[in-house]
Amino acid sequence: MSRIDVRKTHKLFIGGAFPRSESGHSYPVHDAKGAFVANAALASRKDARDAVAAARKAFGGWAGRTAYNRGQVVYRIAEVMEDRKPQFVDAVTMSEGVGKAVAGRTVDAAIDRLVWYAGWADKYAQVVGGGNPVSGPFFNLSSPEPTGVVAVLAPQGSSLLGLVSVVAPVIVTGNTCVVAASADRPLPAVTVAEVLATSDVPGGVVNILTGSLDRTAPTLASHMDVNAVDLVGLAGDPQTAAALEEAAADNLKRVRRAPAAEPDWTQEPGLDSLTAFTETKTVWHPIGI
Amino acid sequence: MTAGLNDAAASESSLRQFLHGLPGVDQVGADQRAASLATRSIKTSAKEFAIDLAIRMVDLTTLEGQDTAGKVRALASKAIHPDPADPSCPSVAAVCVYPDMVATAREVLGDRPINVASVATAFPSGRAALDIKLADTTDAVEAGADEIDMVIDRGAFLTGRYQQVYDEIVAVKEACRRADGSRAHLKVIFETGELQTYDNVRRASWLAMLAGADFIKTSTGKVQPAATLPVTMVMLEAVRDFRDAGGAMVGVKPAGGIRTTKDAIKYLVVVNEVAGPDWLDPDWFRFGASTLLNDLLMQRTKLRTGRYSGPDYFTLD
Amino acid sequence: MTAKFDYAPAPESRDILDLAPSYGLFINGEFTDGSGTAFKTVNPATEEVLAEVAEANAADVDAAVKAARKAFRTWSRMPGTERAKYLFRIARIIQERSRELAVCESLDNGKPIKESRDVDVPIVAAHFFYHAGWADKLAYAVPGRPDPQPLGVAGQVIPWNFPLLMLAWKVAPALACGNTVVLKPAETTPLTALLFAEICQQADLPPGVVNIVTGAGTTGQAVVAHPDVDKVAFTGSTDVGKMIARAVAGTDKRVTLELGGKAANVVFDDAPLDQAVEGVVNGIFFNQGHVCCAGSRLLLQESVAEEFLARLKRRMGTLRVGDPLDKNTDIGAINSAEQLARITDLAATGEAEGAGRWSPECDLPSQGFWFPPTLFTNVSQAHRIAREEIFGPVLSVLTFRTPAEAVEKANNTPYGLSAGVWTDKGSRILWMAERLRAGVVWANTFNKFDPASPFGGYRESGYGREGGRHGLEGYLK
Repeated sequence: MSRIDVRKTHKLFIGGAFPRSESGHSYPVHDAKGAFVANAALASRKDARDAVAAARKAFGGWAGRTAYNRGQVVYRIAEVMEDRKPQFVDAVTMSEGVGKAVAGRTVDAAIDRLVWYAGWADKYAQVVGGGNPVSGPFFNLSSPEPTGVVAVLAPQGSSLLGLVSVVAPVIVTGNTCVVAASADRPLPAVTVAEVLATSDVPGGVVNILTGSLDRTAPTLASHMDVNAVDLVGLAGDPQTAAALEEAAADNLKRVRRAPAAEPDWTQEPGLDSLTAFTETKTVWHPIGI
Repeated sequence: MTAGLNDAAASESSLRQFLHGLPGVDQVGADQRAASLATRSIKTSAKEFAIDLAIRMVDLTTLEGQDTAGKVRALASKAIHPDPADPSCPSVAAVCVYPDMVATAREVLGDRPINVASVATAFPSGRAALDIKLADTTDAVEAGADEIDMVIDRGAFLTGRYQQVYDEIVAVKEACRRADGSRAHLKVIFETGELQTYDNVRRASWLAMLAGADFIKTSTGKVQPAATLPVTMVMLEAVRDFRDAGGAMVGVKPAGGIRTTKDAIKYLVVVNEVAGPDWLDPDWFRFGASTLLNDLLMQRTKLRTGRYSGPDYFTLD
Repeated sequence: MTAKFDYAPAPESRDILDLAPSYGLFINGEFTDGSGTAFKTVNPATEEVLAEVAEANAADVDAAVKAARKAFRTWSRMPGTERAKYLFRIARIIQERSRELAVCESLDNGKPIKESRDVDVPIVAAHFFYHAGWADKLAYAVPGRPDPQPLGVAGQVIPWNFPLLMLAWKVAPALACGNTVVLKPAETTPLTALLFAEICQQADLPPGVVNIVTGAGTTGQAVVAHPDVDKVAFTGSTDVGKMIARAVAGTDKRVTLELGGKAANVVFDDAPLDQAVEGVVNGIFFNQGHVCCAGSRLLLQESVAEEFLARLKRRMGTLRVGDPLDKNTDIGAINSAEQLARITDLAATGEAEGAGRWSPECDLPSQGFWFPPTLFTNVSQAHRIAREEIFGPVLSVLTFRTPAEAVEKANNTPYGLSAGVWTDKGSRILWMAERLRAGVVWANTFNKFDPASPFGGYRESGYGREGGRHGLEGYLK
C-alpha cells in the first residue's frame, strides 16, 4: 500500500503567526481544472481587523530599520524562496494551470523581482529625494518615508509573481501591509507566508489573508487605521474598485487604482510602485553660526 | 543682585557653567526678527518723537589719532546746540573722547547736563597689562570723565578665560571711583565684530552685567562690522532678561556704523519692542556716533519745514 | 519720564489699486458675464463692499473646461522653451504690479500689508520664475520617466487664506507641465485672481490656458465633478477634501489634496528661546492663524514651560492688531463673519472645557471681523481645541516631559501636515524629524515656504506635494 501523504492545513498569516480564521470558516480551493485541492481559511472582517492591528504594531520597528537592513531582509526572502522553488513551481502550476516550464519561469521571475526590490531599499530615497535649493539660509531636504499600513488587494490572476510584485515595493520602503491574496488561487500566497515566517521578516510586517475579497476588502478600505490601499486585485471590476475608493476617502487613504486589466507582471515595474506608498517629508533648518 | 546671580560669579567654574548654560541664539532667527522689526514704518508724530529721542541719546564721538583740542571744542559746542538755528533742538547725551581730551571737553560743556565719556583700558585693542588699563581709567576719571567706555580682553574671552575678563571689569569699575566716593559710569565694550557669534555676544553681555557694568556697548568703531541691529537686539534681550532675573537695569550702546536717521529709528523700534519702553531713555540707551547727528538734524528740519535740507545747512563736526 | 513711542498710523495707499465695480468670469481669455447670481466681496476689516463678482454656474464651468480643453491642444504641444517664456512674463508682471497685488490682497483678505507685500506676493512671483524654468526640462523631472506628458485640463479650487499664493502654487506647475487650467478662487477672496486674469492678458497668454470661474461651493463642485477635467487640485478643509476624494472615486482623475492640520510646535528646554518665541508667534499668528500648517499646538517641555510662557506672553503683548493696510500691523482681520464665528465658538469651547484663556490687552476695531491673539494653557489632548483645526489666532499649550512623549503627542492627531522642533541639540533635531509624521518639519524655524521646497501632508492632511520637483509629478503622467 502506498503511503498516505500528510496534508497541510492552509491558514492565515497574521502578526507572524498562522491562525485559522477566527470565524472558523474555510472554503474549498480548486486547481485550474476545477479539482479540489484543499480548504483554505476564509478570512473574516475580524481577521482583517486583527491583521491591521498586527501591521500597525509592526510599523514603527520596521520603518525604523535601516534601509540597508530592509534590503537584506527582502533579499533573504528571495533566498528562502529559491530554496523552496519546486514547491512554488507546483503551487503555481496547480493554481494557474500552466505547465511546469512556464511555472518555473514565473517562480524565477518572482524571486528576481524580490532581488530587484531588495536593491532599491537603500537607493530609491536618493533617486526621489534630495536637497532643495531654497532662497534663504536654510538647509532643506526632502526624503521619502513609508506611509504606514497598506492594504494590498493582490492580483487575482498572477498568484505568485503578481503577489510578490505588489508586496515587495510596499515593505521595502518601510510600510507594513495586510494582503488579501487571490481569492481563487490562494495557495502560493500561503506558501509565501511560510517563507516569510522562516526568513527574517518581523512578524506583522506582512499579513496575508485568504478568502473572498467581499469580506476583507471593504473592511480594509474603510479601516481608519489603514493609510493606503492598492486596488490592483480589482483589475477589471471598476464598480467594486470605485466603491472601495470611496470608502477609502473616509480617512484619505492613498489609493492605487485598479487598472482595466491585470498588468503584465513580467515587465519591470518602475519607480511608481515604490513612490505610490511613500510620503515626501521635507525638513528645514537654519544655517548659521 | 539676587543670590542666584551672585552664585553665578562665585567661582571660575560656576561662571563658565552659567555662561554656557544661557539659551543659544539662532543666528538666522535673530537676523530675521531684527529684519522684521526694521520694517516698522515710523511716520509723522512718531518720527518726530524718535528723532528728538535719538538726538538726546547720541554720544557724539571723536576717537582719532588726529584729534586736537580745537576739534574737541567744536564737537562739544555742537553737543550743546546741535542745531544753532533751532533752540528747540535738544542737546546730545554725551561727548565721547580719548582720556587726554576729557578736560577740554568738560571745559566747553561746563556744568551743563551733558556727560563726558572717555574710552579707556588701552582702547581699542585692550592689549595692555591690567595696571596700565587701570591707570588709563584713573586718568580719565580724574580729568572729569562722567563715563568710562572700557574694552574687554577679547583674547581672554575667546579662549574661555571668563574669570579674567570678569575680574578686569570689576577692577576697572573700582578705578572709576572718584575721591568723593562717587563713581563714573562704566560702559563695557565687547567689540562684537571680533566675538562673531550671537552666542558669544549673549555670554559677554551676561558676563559684563554680572561684573557690574552700567552699560554694555557693541563696538569700538575701529573694527568691522561694528554695531548691527541683530547684535544690539541680542544685547537688549540680555539686559531685559538680566533685570527680570533680579539684576540691575543695564543700558545698551550700539556704536559705529549707525549713520542715518532711518537706521537710528530701527534701533529705537528694537529697543521699544524687545527690551521695552523703559529703555527708551538716554540713561539706558545711547548711540555711539559721529555722523548720525547731522542726518538726524536734517530729518528733523524736514519734518518741521516740509522740505528736504542739505548738508551745508548744518555744522561740520 | 519716558514718553511712549506710539507708532503713528502708516497706511499703505490704496491709490495704486483701481478696482472695477464688478467683475465677470475669465473664460477663453476674456471676461464674460456669469450665469449665476453675482455676489459681493467685502473688506473684512471694514465690511465695505469692494466689488461685485460673477458666479459661475455649471454651464459657465463647462464653457471654461471646453476653452481649457481647446487650448490644451496647442499649449501642450508648444515647445517647453516657449511655454517657459509665458511663465517668465507672468512672473515679471507680478513683480511689476506687486504693490497693487499686495494692496488688493490685504483689502480682500484682511491680512496685514507687511505679509502680502513681503511674503505672499514675492513668493507668488518666485513660484512662476521657478516653474518657468522647468517647462523645457520636464524630461529630467521624474526619475525613470524620460518623456512625461501633461494630464490635460486641471480643475483647481483654492482657499481664501493665501488667495494669490495658492493660485500660484496651482497654476504655475500646471502650466509649466503643459496643462491648462480652470481655477476657482474662494468666494470671499476672488479679487487677486481676477487681477491675475488681467496679468494673463497682459502677458498675451493664449486664450483658454487659464480660466477663472468665481463662485462658492457649488461652482467648485462643478469644477471637480466635470467629466472632462483630468486633474483635480484642491487646497482647503479636510471635510471638503474627503468629499472630493469620494467624488473622483472610480474616475481617471488625478488628485492633489492639501488640507487641514493641527501642527505641533515642540519646544525643548535647550531651545534658542528668543527665536523659539518668535517661531511660535509666527507659527500661530502669521496670517491671523489662517494657515493650514499653523503651529496651533505648542508642546512645551515642562522644565521650561513657565519661563517660556512668560516670554511668549510678553511677546504677544507687542503684537499690533488692526488695519491690515497699516504697515505696522502684525495681525489683521479675520477673513469672514463665518470664520470669526467658528473661532469664537471653538475658543468658547476651550474655556468651557477648563483650559486657561489669555489674550494681551488690545483694542479691536468696532467694524469688521476681529479676534485677539489668544492662548490657552492647561490644555490636554482630549480638549477640542487640541484636536480640531481652529484656523485662527488661537494657540493651545500642552506640556511634555521626554522626547518620546513629545513625539507621541505631536503625532496623536489624524492630521500630518507640518511640525516644528526647537532645540539646540543637533542629533535630537534629526531624531525628532525622523519620527514626526508630517510632510514638513521645521526645525528651529517655522512657516517657511519656497517654490523649490515640496509642501504637503501625511494622513488626513491630504496627498500629493506642491512645489519643488515633487510638485511636478502631480501634473505629469
